[in-house]
Amino acid sequence: MAKFQLTVNGQRKEVNADPTTPLLWVLREDLKMTGTKYGCGVSACGACTVHVDGVATRSCMLPISLLGDRPITTIEAMANDRVGRVVQDAWVEKDVVQCGYCQSGQIMSAVALLKETPRPTETQIEESMGGNLCRCATYVRIREAVQLASQRLK
Amino acid sequence: MSSNRVSAPILAALIFLCTAGAVVSASLGKYEDPRPVDGIAAWQQVYSVLVSPRCINCHTASNYPEQGDNRARHFANVVRGPAGTGVAGFRCVTCHQKENADSTGVPGGKNWHLAPLSMKWQDTNDQPLSSAEVCRAITDRARNGGLNGAALLKHHTEEPLVLWAWSPGRGVDGAMRTLPPLNHDEFVAATKQWVDAGMPCPK
Repeated sequence: MAKFQLTVNGQRKEVNADPTTPLLWVLREDLKMTGTKYGCGVSACGACTVHVDGVATRSCMLPISLLGDRPITTIEAMANDRVGRVVQDAWVEKDVVQCGYCQSGQIMSAVALLKETPRPTETQIEESMGGNLCRCATYVRIREAVQLASQRLK
Repeated sequence: MSSNRVSAPILAALIFLCTAGAVVSASLGKYEDPRPVDGIAAWQQVYSVLVSPRCINCHTASNYPEQGDNRARHFANVVRGPAGTGVAGFRCVTCHQKENADSTGVPGGKNWHLAPLSMKWQDTNDQPLSSAEVCRAITDRARNGGLNGAALLKHHTEEPLVLWAWSPGRGVDGAMRTLPPLNHDEFVAATKQWVDAGMPCPK
């Protein structure tokens, strides 16, 4: 076990964890931030996506020891993020969610996409969101919501 | 008569010696400049490393990287992107850190990315290009990022992602990833021999 100083959603946190613990479990178990979901555990589904230093990152495969001092942003901060707020509103307006389990990861990927590419093409949306799986197959509504958010960000 | 009987064996010996000499001479002519042959032998050593999975998996001709010793298409719908680093929201660094994550089985290295398409070492059916084709690509400064022989040698000696091939870490099953067929010192020595020989390519 070792102590790690983290910056999560702008707040300093200290956790005592095994260095090999994936960031996902530090967030969920140590910090009780359960908005980030466990899906596959091998980076294949995207449910665990957070932003690490602004980069969409699969938290289930990132050992806490490799995090360094990079800041973490989770779904819990999206309501107070300019792009995140717009994306969440678009998600609600398009009624994207069915079971909802994958959606925090979907939104984190969509926000990362729109921050870097505010006017994505359909292909760019498909490629950027291609690593986020949805067992309810809400993909059409996800694409529509990303496009709606893009329009609103103009 | 007796002198004729004596001279016949001598004549036969002379004919044999002349024939043998011609053969030897022809052989020597073929290897008149030993450098290209030595260089090509060295290149074949280099090529054996370049087309090993640890290297060729990121020198694809396609829109995606490969993974594993079976060189399967990278899982999770990973795509190349315009700069070989993935796409916005789904970068190589979405999973790959600056070092291997052995506890989770994700390989990592500084600036993890795909080689540019100009440095593809496969065809579009994911089959390795021939030794001659890879050699032509790697020696073409219009395609190789402007590297001359010395710069290629430096690339093979120092580039972090090249060095990663000999420290590839553990996979998700906990087993060490396989290594290229030469060790790094042998790879650098073969590259140097090839560069010193003028970077000859097979026909």
